[in-house]
Amino acid sequence: MSTLLECKGLFKSYSGRPALKNVNLAIESGHIVGLLGPNGSGKTTLIKLINGLLTPTQGELYINQNPVGVESKKIVSYLPDHTYLDMNLKVRDIISYFMDFYEDFDEKKAYDMLSKLRINPGDKLNTMSKGTKEKVQLILVMSRRAKLYVLDEPIAGVDPAARDYILDIILSNYEEDATILISTHLIADIENILDQVIFLKHGEISLISSVDDIRSGQGKSVDALFREVFRC
Amino acid sequence: MPWNLTSDRPIFSQIMDIIFQNIISGKYAPGEKLPSVRDLAAQAAVNPNTMQKALSELEKTGVVFAKRTSGRYITEDTAMIQELKSHMALEKIQEFLKSMENLGISNEETAVLLTEILEGEK
Repeated sequence: MSTLLECKGLFKSYSGRPALKNVNLAIESGHIVGLLGPNGSGKTTLIKLINGLLTPTQGELYINQNPVGVESKKIVSYLPDHTYLDMNLKVRDIISYFMDFYEDFDEKKAYDMLSKLRINPGDKLNTMSKGTKEKVQLILVMSRRAKLYVLDEPIAGVDPAARDYILDIILSNYEEDATILISTHLIADIENILDQVIFLKHGEISLISSVDDIRSGQGKSVDALFREVFRC
Repeated sequence: MPWNLTSDRPIFSQIMDIIFQNIISGKYAPGEKLPSVRDLAAQAAVNPNTMQKALSELEKTGVVFAKRTSGRYITEDTAMIQELKSHMALEKIQEFLKSMENLGISNEETAVLLTEILEGEK
């Protein structure tokens, strides 16, 4: 297994206010990793650095040995925490837009997932419920044959039944050997699909561990440990 | 429907127990081919690496065996499955006795209670 994502001494400040402090981490391919932390702990900042939407104040970041740039964007599929899609477009139009944009986009996969979730490709985004919009965006992201999927809060806006569906989409559609980085604070809902977790606290990494080690070492779930570490 | 997993034990060992149960109850027949790691992981809603680990552990017990290229199969050794059944039954009974003990009920009292209930059911 090769290192897919590597952060070396990563710092990020917003006008002098630190958001990430000395983040060092290496993630290999073939894992589903939870990026966990309370609000304001730096999850989205780290994710935006990975996607090149922000530049580090200090430190280095490599994806598949390449610095963030055109090469890394080809292999990273990103679900942002806020939508950037034009709400007036139909799902069908967005799919062709994605096909133009990403050479690894699998059209058939996208339409298969839409029909499985009974979403009509002829519908416009602005006619859909919040949960359905989120499903559409996740389908677009998971339809790419990427090496790294970065999902920022993929289940926050949907009901518990739809969460199972979304986890199913994630599990059955990511490329083998790819890694998925999921940020969330709804830990109990996704804990079973994670094999590693990263805890972020005030912009610093406070724990990197496998889920099995937490459960067998501490005899408690990741959710329970999280509540303990981040008790207010 | 995701498998019913609790939060206090490693997931792979819970998966092993569920697969053991499915074998004992006959849901997976002797000699039957198991679904792929990915499909099983999706069914259970767990991480594929965790499912992989559970299946390798199951292989070590001999209840599941791998054919080089075609996947994993349930053992055809029905004696082994019987043995597994008695083993799991024993475990369940010990768990039950333990929880009765926590209620302050001795094994003897439990036995009397059990007999009464079983008699009543007839």
